[in-house]
This record gives sequence, C-alpha cells and structure tokens, in this order.
Amino acid sequence: MSGYFKDIYAGISTALVGMRITWNHLFVKNVTIQYPDEKHDIPERVRNRLYVNMDDCIGCDQCAKACPVNCITIETAKALPEEELGETSTGNRKRLWVTQFDIDIAKCCFCGLCVPPCPTECIFMTPVFEFSEYNREDLIYRFSTLTPEEAAEKTENAERAKAEAEAKKAAAAEAKKKAAAEKAAAEKAAPSEQAGGAPAADAPAAAAKDTAPKQDDAPKQDDAPKQDDAPKQDDAPKQDDAPKQDDAPAADAASTTDNNG
Amino acid sequence: MESLLQSLLGDNLLTVVLYCALPLVFILLYALLAILGEVKISAWMQDRLGPMRTGPWGIIQPIADVFKLLQKEDITPAKADKVLFNLAPFLSFMSAYAAFAVIPFSSQYVGADLNLGLFYLLAISSLNVAAIIMAGWASHNKYSLYGSMRAVAQIVSYEVPAAMVLVIIVMFVGSLNLQDIITAQSGPIWNWMVFGGPKQDVVLASGEVLSASWANLIFLPFFMASFVMYYIAGLAETNRTPFDIPEAESELVSGYHTEYSGMKFAMFFMSEYANMFLVSAVVAVLFFGGWNSPFGVYLGDAFGAPWLVAVEQFGWLAIKGLFFVFVMIWVRWTLPRLRVDQLMYMSWKVLIPFSFGIALVVGFLVVIL
Ligand code: SF4
Ligand code: SF4
Repeated sequence: MSGYFKDIYAGISTALVGMRITWNHLFVKNVTIQYPDEKHDIPERVRNRLYVNMDDCIGCDQCAKACPVNCITIETAKALPEEELGETSTGNRKRLWVTQFDIDIAKCCFCGLCVPPCPTECIFMTPVFEFSEYNREDLIYRFSTLTPEEAAEKTENAERAKAEAEAKKAAAAEAKKKAAAEKAAAEKAAPSEQAGGAPAADAPAAAAKDTAPKQDDAPKQDDAPKQDDAPKQDDAPKQDDAPKQDDAPAADAASTTDNNG
Repeated sequence: MESLLQSLLGDNLLTVVLYCALPLVFILLYALLAILGEVKISAWMQDRLGPMRTGPWGIIQPIADVFKLLQKEDITPAKADKVLFNLAPFLSFMSAYAAFAVIPFSSQYVGADLNLGLFYLLAISSLNVAAIIMAGWASHNKYSLYGSMRAVAQIVSYEVPAAMVLVIIVMFVGSLNLQDIITAQSGPIWNWMVFGGPKQDVVLASGEVLSASWANLIFLPFFMASFVMYYIAGLAETNRTPFDIPEAESELVSGYHTEYSGMKFAMFFMSEYANMFLVSAVVAVLFFGGWNSPFGVYLGDAFGAPWLVAVEQFGWLAIKGLFFVFVMIWVRWTLPRLRVDQLMYMSWKVLIPFSFGIALVVGFLVVIL
C-alpha cells in the first residue's frame, strides 16, 4: 500500500521535475545556426573544393599520379621550340601546353594527396564547400585555359613536330645503317677476317643510341616517370614519392572507375 | 449576442447559421495559433528556433501548412471501406465542434444554453471514439486498427474518472448548466472552484440561491486534486503525449490516421486541436471561473459599456483556455509516452479510486455544510 502511494508521489514529482527543466529551456539561448544566412567558421587547412591555378601549372602530371582515385585527367602537348610559354611564379619554365586538365570532383575523396607533389604549388584546396550540382557532368571541373580548337591545334603541332623529328631520326638511322652496311660490304669485300667482328658489334650500339632520345619526345606516353622531362627532377624527394603512389593505388583506382562507369 | 445578430440581419436562416459558425471561426483562428505554438514552443524547449523562413520568425508557417494540406492528393486506399473511411474525419471534427455548442464564451454568448450542458458535453465528446474506430477499421491497415483499438480502450477508460470529476462539481453547484457553474464562481479569484468554490451566497440564473461561506475552503484540496485528475483524463481523451499511444509514431506509424492524407488528415488534425481547446475550456469553466475576470470587476462596467464586458469575458475565457493548451504542449514536449499497461494502471488503479473517494467526501461535505 505504501508502495502505491510512493508510486503516485514519484509519478507526480518526477513529471514536475521534467516540466521545470523544459520550462527553463524555454529561455535558454538557442543553438541553431541559420545556415545559408549564417555559417560556421571553417577551420584552417580544411580540405574542400580543389582549385588549380593554371598560370602556374607546368603540366607535369604529378598530381594526377598521386591521386588514389584517378580523378584528375591531364593531357599535355609539347610546345614548339618557337613558342614561349613563360615562367611560373616559382621560376619554373613551362614547356608543355596543358590541353586538358579535368578534375572529377564527384570522384574526389578530398584526401589532399594531389596537393603536396605539385612542384609549383598551383593545385590547392579552397574553403568552398557548397558546390552541389543538378547534373553530374557539371562536377567535372575543366581547368585547361585552352579552347578545344586551340588544344587540338597544339596537340597537332606537337604530333607533327614529333613525327618530323622521328622521320628525321629514322632517315638518319637509315643513312647510318646504309653507311654501315656499305662499310661492312666494303670490308667483306676485303679479305680481312679479323676486322669484320668489331664493326658488326658497333652497329647495334649506334642504333640504341639513336633511339634513346625518342623517348624524351613523348613524356606522357611514358610508363616510368623517371624518364620524364626535366621539371620533375627539380624536386628530388617528390620524385621518390611518385613511383610509390603510382603502383599501389593504380589497382584500386581501376576498380573505382569501373564502379563509376 | 443572438439578439444583436437578429437586430442586424433580421430573424432568418442566415442569422442562425452565422450564430452557429462563430465558434468555427474561433476554432480556425485558434488552430493556426496552436499549430504555430506547438512548433515554436517545442523548438524553444529544445533550444532550437523552429520554423524561421515563412514570414518574420516563421509566423506564417501554419498558413503555409494549411495550403500544403489543401494541395495534397486525397488518397483513399483501394481496399478501404470507402464510405466509413471518408465519413470518419468529418464525424471526428463534428463531435469536437458539436461540443463547442455548450461552451459559454461569455455571459452573452453560448451556442446552446442547455440545462444538461455538462451531460451533453460528456455524451457528444465520446462520439469521437466512434469516429476513431471507424477510421481504424475502414483503413484496412493493421496499424490503423491497432491504433484505433488502443484509442478506444484509452478513451473509454479515462472517461470514467473524467465523468466522476464532473459529478463532483455538479454535486457542489447543483446544476448541470455550464453558465450556472460559471456564475457560481463569479467575483474575485478566490471564488474559483480550484480555490474551494464561492465564498458568499450566489444567485443562479434559475433563481436558486447557492449558499456558501468561507467554510468552503475545506473543499480546496479536493477540488485541486479533481482539477489535476480531470486535466490528466482530458489529456488522455485528446490522445496527446504522454497518452498518445493510439498514434505512437515509433510503433504504429501514425495510428488510426495512418492512411489519411490531404484535407481528411487535416480534419483529424483540426479535431485534435479543437478537442485540446475543448478540454482546456472545460477545465477553465469548471475550475477556473470560466469567463469570470480574476479581479471580479470589468473595464466595461466602469465605462458603462455592456458590449465591452462581453468582449472581456470572452478574452478571459480565451486566455485561460489557451493557457491550458500551452500546458498541454508543455507536457507533450516534456514527458515520454506511457506503456499501455501503465496507461491502464493510471486510469483504473489511480484516477478512478481517487475520483470516487473524492466524490464520496465532497458529497458528505456538501450535505453537512
Ligand atoms: S584530393 Fe585526393 S582524391 Fe581529390 S583529386 Fe586530390 S588526390 Fe585525388
Ligand atoms: S602537379 Fe601541379 S604543376 Fe603538375 S600538373 Fe599537377 S597542378 Fe600542374
């Protein structure tokens, strides 16, 4: 019986305690932030939307290689010798036209790994965090400053220059080979057995020397980043990073892109 | 009031319709205010702001809500019993509205000045049960049916203590007429029922004299307890938290009105809000002097303007009613929902024994004093 009255007392008193608390909270300052009008202060060094300052980009592809989800696509074309692209603000000479620089921000995981490898510090995170789009296509940010026509022209120029250089080299190699063959033929004609061995060994070595510069012409088609252009080699430690990030995440990246497809 | 309308418009049907529609106007305006109050007070109690976008401080939000509900598609489930399904919300609102007929808004305005006012009130507000079970049954949905069964069990249980409390008041005043009950509490604040009823003789409208003295103070604890019990029972009858198990969102989706959308849902909503005010108004009438001013005097009397007195009386009743609506909202955002067994325990093992006990004691005291 006393338990019954105790229950009733507890029921009434605890309800009143609760009501006192809610009453007091009527006058507590609210914690709401009226979002689009007011915003939280964003912390320093926050990772949000990427931005690329194309004035400084030398098209070295380091950021794209560092990206674990392969959301940066860079296409470059070598500038012709008579084209002067100027220097970046960090003093690097620009030698490549960046014909395409797309960041698919929808794939981006905001890891920030693309930022440190950049030799000219031109790719960086901004505090902008509101960039929703109705259309997924609009989430691919195209940073290249060249119009598509310009880009096509530059690519064509570079290809033509490359083809010409190759043709020249091929012609030179052909000429050399011919000369060597003639020489060999001439030497064969001569009845000396011993002299024939040495020039035969010389010929392949010369051919190898000829083809080596060919690889320099096409940096983007290179698999091994070590053999790339000079700008990368400005920064020794960064170069060490590059191959490491190149190999491991590549497999992951392949699967991510599949999903997105 | 009726004579005023008659003098303005003549003695025709329009007058009657207008006279009947006055509480409807009041309920519609009050519902807008209550919806806004509900969202704003709940927000403030949780240290939020509530709606802020529609109008300054979001005050136009309820109007926007009404327009939203008006535009919504009116869905009738394919397997529902169409007639009952469509009838239920109207019956629900009708029962709430019909009860307003006997609520005295001022000494000059009461829809129907019935001698059996309280009895009518009790009867007509029970009609809501029928509407709820119609809605639950016709929806052809297990959640709706569960919700309506719980609602009926709850309302039927809580009607017993509520009726007992009414009996206590009726025994004391000796009349079922709500105007008489209010007249009995006229004068300053200490004459209100919660404070033990009138302290001097009162002449009722029927000419009977209700003899009273300061000895009535002895009733104070009993009437205070009756008030609390009636308020709790009222909360349960309107299915408000902590007694909202018929529409327990977490278990029953939305209870008996799960399948309702658009205006039919709005009707249920309106009837809930109308019932809230009804219970609050009855509490005000029975225990807090109805339309009586707490000071016992009116500005209108001082200026010699009888119409001002009527307006003031209406103002007092509205303030008291809205205050108890506020308390309902306050309770709703404070207390968690009861379990079904706790609900039944509270009604059958606490409220009913106490109300019977108080009725017994008050009956004795009324005879003795
Ligand atoms: S932040 Fe990470 S995921 Fe995004 S572009 Fe840079 S490296 Fe790729
Ligand atoms: S690492 Fe920097 S300079 Fe190199 S391609 Fe990326 S953004 Fe351009």
